[in-house]
Amino acid sequence: MKKQASHWARRALFLLPLLVAFLLLAAAGKARAALDEATLQGLGAADFGERIAAIEAVGATGGERARAIIAALEAGELGTAGGRVVIVRDGRVVDAASGEALELVADAVDSLRVNNRVRRALAVANAALDLESGERARRLAAAQTLRDNASEVVLPVLERALESEEDDAIREVVLLAAARVNLNADDPAKRLKAVTALGQSSDAGVKTLLEPFLDPASEPDAGVREAAAASIAAIERRVSIARNIGTVFSGLSLGSILLLAALGLAITYGVMGIINMAHGELLMIGAYAAFLVQGLFRAHLPEYVDWYVLAAIPAGFFAAAAVGVVMERTVLRFLYGRPLESLLATWGISLVLIQAARVLFGPQNVELANPSWMSGGMELAAGVVLPWNRIVILGFAVFVLLLVWLMMNRTRLGMFVRAVTQNRAMAGCVGVPTARVDTLAFAIGAGIAGLGGVALSQIANVGPAMGQGYIVDSFMVVVLGGVGQLAGAVWAAMGLGIVSKFLEGWAGAVIAKILVLVFIIAFIQKRPQGIFALKGRFADN
Amino acid sequence: MQTRRNFLKALTLSASIAAIGLPMGAQAADTIKVGILHSLSGTMAISETALKNVALMTIEEINASGGVLGKKLEAVVVDPASDWPLFAERSRQLLTQDKVAVVFGCWTSVSRKSVLPVFKELNGLLFYPVQYEGEELEKNVFYTGAAPNQQAIPAVEYLMSEEGGGAKRFFLLGTDYVYPRTTNKILRAFLHSKGVQDKDIEEVYTPFGHSDYQTIVANIKKFAAGGKTAVVSTINGDSNVPFYKELGNAGLKATEVPVVAFSVGEEELRGVDTKPLEGHLAAWNYFMSVKNPQNTAFIDKYKAWAKANGVPNADTVVTNDPMEATYVGIHMWKQAVEQAKTTDVDAVIQAVGGQSFKAPSGFTLTMDKTNHHLHKPVLIGEVRPDGQFDVVWQTREPIRAQPWSPFIEGNEGKQGL
Repeated sequence: MKKQASHWARRALFLLPLLVAFLLLAAAGKARAALDEATLQGLGAADFGERIAAIEAVGATGGERARAIIAALEAGELGTAGGRVVIVRDGRVVDAASGEALELVADAVDSLRVNNRVRRALAVANAALDLESGERARRLAAAQTLRDNASEVVLPVLERALESEEDDAIREVVLLAAARVNLNADDPAKRLKAVTALGQSSDAGVKTLLEPFLDPASEPDAGVREAAAASIAAIERRVSIARNIGTVFSGLSLGSILLLAALGLAITYGVMGIINMAHGELLMIGAYAAFLVQGLFRAHLPEYVDWYVLAAIPAGFFAAAAVGVVMERTVLRFLYGRPLESLLATWGISLVLIQAARVLFGPQNVELANPSWMSGGMELAAGVVLPWNRIVILGFAVFVLLLVWLMMNRTRLGMFVRAVTQNRAMAGCVGVPTARVDTLAFAIGAGIAGLGGVALSQIANVGPAMGQGYIVDSFMVVVLGGVGQLAGAVWAAMGLGIVSKFLEGWAGAVIAKILVLVFIIAFIQKRPQGIFALKGRFADN
Repeated sequence: MQTRRNFLKALTLSASIAAIGLPMGAQAADTIKVGILHSLSGTMAISETALKNVALMTIEEINASGGVLGKKLEAVVVDPASDWPLFAERSRQLLTQDKVAVVFGCWTSVSRKSVLPVFKELNGLLFYPVQYEGEELEKNVFYTGAAPNQQAIPAVEYLMSEEGGGAKRFFLLGTDYVYPRTTNKILRAFLHSKGVQDKDIEEVYTPFGHSDYQTIVANIKKFAAGGKTAVVSTINGDSNVPFYKELGNAGLKATEVPVVAFSVGEEELRGVDTKPLEGHLAAWNYFMSVKNPQNTAFIDKYKAWAKANGVPNADTVVTNDPMEATYVGIHMWKQAVEQAKTTDVDAVIQAVGGQSFKAPSGFTLTMDKTNHHLHKPVLIGEVRPDGQFDVVWQTREPIRAQPWSPFIEGNEGKQGL
């Protein structure tokens, strides 16, 4: 093994001048270079640096053969045997250069290992190949990859693309990529053009790239230095705007999660006045319902598995609502008006529910995959990505909020609930079935907690004790917002989200958490009724 | 009413029988009791449950091959419930009431620190199977996990190497407690010795159970814009899942900013969609994907055991580094007892030093004669789309542990240990 490696090193050393010559040739002429033996041999070189250069060179040559080789390397099918680079597929060995079948057993092939460095080179090679693809989306993605990683080797590809590309958006990105390479050009005019072009970038990494051009020691040309300063200022402005948008978005996202966790509690505690310590476990039930739905989809409807989340929404609602009905009927209805007892009883229930989940599903967290339409993110600017799952959850929070508001203010049930909580005896006198309204209201509060659980399952861990992490936050939101007020909960959740994200960026997660709690204590001291206080005769109850 | 009460009585009775739990086997005098002290509930249950399982499997395996000194082993399993003071209480119970010959247990450093006084006072014997920050060497404890020089330092060296990506800037991210803080202190000193300046090192901590990594990922991106960056993660427990999810969704790929983790293994990745995480790294002394006959046998044995004992999701169980360390530790204790011909703690402690065992990692591991730590190989793996690891770098030989890191001031005099 070792002997072979040193043999390879020697061979690679011998091939090095050839390789360099080839690269120069490739860089000099824009014409498409043919895939030659020397480049291919470079793929099997012992030295990683050479191997990387060879991969990028293969990508830059283009064509079907190159594509097949890159794909084989990605899949771990490329190897070396008897001094040549071969592809092993289904136990058969073929020569990588010609595609001819070889009389070799697969075991005799040393397969080429892929690590991060190789993977990065493969991404560049693939992008170079894709830049000539017929699909616009693929060309754009390829141009974006090259914008961040372009090297000398791919310059001819970029120049070819600039000649043939008709889509302006892609051209712009390709120009940035070419500018990145041309930064190292000897000709000051070329450098000036590159530095100026890079002023259009919104990538903070480019700023680091331009900084050496401010220094007279490394950049002799004064014009280039000035252009670099202007470009850096432009990039900085764009980056700081993008970052602030990113921070506000993450605050809104945290706020939407807090809101979804707290909305159910805003009904059961805020409106009905039950201190429900098992609220977190109702979230947990919603999340496990999503897990079960995912399992059902995987087993029976694998082609629709991406849409399991939609089916999980009603499942989460009804599962948690059913548990809520049982809780209310068997325990809570005996404890209305006795907050201390209901606190203890619901805490006990929460322990029972946690243990039940542990027995049913095991103590481990369960895996919930984000559907493909919720994976990845929308790139706002280089470096600021808004993840789809957070965007969807933000929208979902608005939807649930709307649903709750409609239910409380536009339905007969909502009116009954408000009537019962304002004056139980009077509501009873005018014929409102108070006991049934209590049950229904609690079930709806629990169901909304279940909806929150479905949303949380897409972003946080799903395990038996997951609810424990949300109970304090939920009470915080409801108390800060003002008991009995939905609008208060919304303001409190969003405010807490954004404030803690800005604090976190400034002071770190641990300090931010402490500061938020200190703020809430101080606020409640000053204004015990919360942001929005109930007004009127029943405010004292 | 009467029937309901009877039902309740029956229920409590059966519950209390279940609570008394596993040591229900016949209390024959010809058994040797061994204690298993791992959290089976609470936040650490995620990681520690598998260690309890593998310990029971190993004990079953030893009993099937004739036991120790002609006696069968009898496991006494207790649940300290991720509650640090309860660890001390339960270990006292194991040593005084159950009179176990040895205890295998603990995961977090804080749990180990809380049982230490008990083991010292009662002269017990503890085998600790998890990688940790060092700065400790107790007569009553054998450490079968890695010390910093067997995990953290080689991993950072790899990241700095050309093959590992040639990182120039380091983002040290951890959970806020003793292990990450000590490890990062050592790493900072190590990076200084390699010429990395403070402006190129960022240290960030999050609370236990933190689940919103948006700001942190944004900060990593911001930091990475300043040059080739690697992230060193000492995040512990289930916070890793939201962290890696956020990484994947925010499009931070391993090819741009690799994340190397010290507390993430196959078990922790079971709850994550690992496709976007391809190429991120972990440093351990064992990976499930290592190919050798010992490992194949170890994995098969554990899978069969899990199926036979009704472990949840038995068809997808995985093995990981601390499980291997538990397995090795129990076997080394057995060998030491057989050499000492007694389970007497002092005699066994004498005999453990110098024991060697052909481990599933494919190496023959030796317990150091003086410093109570194993000589271990270091393996660095990249995450595969299926949640396993591809080894991309490893040491040729097991290396000796330095429990007192030379990168912490005041440890200069302790290097001989």
